[in-house]
Amino acid sequence: MPILVPDINLRIIAPALIVTVTAIVVLLGELVTPAERKRWLGYLSIAGLVVAAFAAFSLWGANASGFSGMVVADNFGLFLTLTIALSAALSILLSIPFIHAHEIDQGEYYVLLLASVAGMIVMATATDLIVIFLGLELLSLPLYILAAFQREDTRSLEAGIKYFLLGAFSSAFFLYGIALVFGATGTTNLAKIAASLAQSAGSPMLSIGVGLLMVGFAFKVALVPFHWWTPDVYDGAPTTVTAFMSVAVKAAAFGAFFRTFQFALPALALDWRAVAAVLAVLTMTLGNVAALLQSNVKRMLAYSSIAHAGYILIALVAMSANGLSSALFYLLAYTVTNLGAFGAVIALSDGARERLEIKDFAGAAREHPLVALALTICLLSLAGFPPFAGFVGKFLIFGAAVETGWAWLAVIGVLNSLVSVYFYLRPVVQMYMSEPAEGWSGIRVAPLVALALLIAVISVIALGVFPAPAIALAAGGLIR
Amino acid sequence: MLTVNHFILLSAILFCLGAVGVLIRRNPLVMFMSIELMLNAANLAFVAFSRYLNNLDGQIFVFLILTVAAAEVAVGLAIIVAMFRARENVDVDEVNELKG
Repeated sequence: MPILVPDINLRIIAPALIVTVTAIVVLLGELVTPAERKRWLGYLSIAGLVVAAFAAFSLWGANASGFSGMVVADNFGLFLTLTIALSAALSILLSIPFIHAHEIDQGEYYVLLLASVAGMIVMATATDLIVIFLGLELLSLPLYILAAFQREDTRSLEAGIKYFLLGAFSSAFFLYGIALVFGATGTTNLAKIAASLAQSAGSPMLSIGVGLLMVGFAFKVALVPFHWWTPDVYDGAPTTVTAFMSVAVKAAAFGAFFRTFQFALPALALDWRAVAAVLAVLTMTLGNVAALLQSNVKRMLAYSSIAHAGYILIALVAMSANGLSSALFYLLAYTVTNLGAFGAVIALSDGARERLEIKDFAGAAREHPLVALALTICLLSLAGFPPFAGFVGKFLIFGAAVETGWAWLAVIGVLNSLVSVYFYLRPVVQMYMSEPAEGWSGIRVAPLVALALLIAVISVIALGVFPAPAIALAAGGLIR
Repeated sequence: MLTVNHFILLSAILFCLGAVGVLIRRNPLVMFMSIELMLNAANLAFVAFSRYLNNLDGQIFVFLILTVAAAEVAVGLAIIVAMFRARENVDVDEVNELKG
């Protein structure tokens, strides 16, 4: 009897491996690092992420698959890997001064963040539903802890417990969906599912399974009506964790979402495209309308992240090559923009005392003109103003929708963008038009936060003014 | 004669019981046990399909899922214990500082 040698190809999972090794090194390093040198663990984590990004770049165009078709290193997954690594590195830059000010600077913070990044990379490059599930759990479990990381603060604990219960609940739906798809097609491999569905018609069991998969993804990327955990969790979690969650989880989960539906289930496209279109309309509209009513910046950005998930879902409904590349570009643009916005909010906080109410921003432009300018640029980009990254992203997504005959969806998207301008400009008006509130004097922006903010704002402007190279990279990222 | 249909029906019933448990119970520990019930319903479905399809993959997935569930227990209980220490009350209806 022949013994099959497992198809082990460590090179194609190099980025995830490097991140995992870095996490272990940081975990061990935390034991021997004295309390006042904990920030070096943060620098070490960033170094690991940079190496992982280089590894991902060296695999560009390799299009290799390994582990018996479980994982693939295609440009789609690598583009997402780079986006995730960038978002994690910027989040850590913001975190180093933040967790010091809040007296939670423990090495475990970086370990958990890196573990979550490894899960995201696995999820974005997986081509088997079970591996997607494992990536999803590896991504989620550290984030539950990070959300509850301010153990003394009951708000943070509440965010952790809510995120945990609802996240585990949604994982169970996702898992049951996998089980039903496995039963209906006899495989969990995305390519084999596509091949099996091309030959035989679907069954009711398959439809239920696909529906449950969609529920699982919808929970993770926060689509209406599966979004209700988002505002509470984003509000209660430490601000840097919120910043990281709001961008990186979306990149990873949308990657798997696109791969599963566009690549494995085109045979059922007639059904799921209609459902996704309805979800996109609900998500955009409810996200933007609810954001109008918020007085807290973190909650406003939480609802805005829901709305942005709706825009990205339009690209899935379009189900074309342009839709895919526009979603990749949008995720990158959204990552740098949203991290810039959160970075500015963190920069304006006074040590451990954060300014999170919109009215607290009154007069910030007079005291901190550069931070106010950065926040303005990021909020304008989120609203979709040219010449910033958000405009190009929206333009590409709506263009892809119109091309494939979903013009009405693009129209609803544009109308929603118009609504969103109102609440994105409210903090800007406060900063520039109101008299300064007291308590601004003596606040100094930490150099690392300033650096992260600078990188984010330069990326927002660069992606908006010279989008061609990034679009070309994203367009090279088509699923084989 | 038991067929695969019986097993899938049982697993579907268990899954629904778990989902209903999460939605109507208010103690995080009980909600968490209901979630475990849902995961195990999926395990049962995997094993049944694996036998029916003569495909051992399904049985291997169960091992992976059990591992994940164990990790989830560790994290979940830790958060619930931290919550209990902070407020000596874990009823989810009373954990409601965050709203809007």
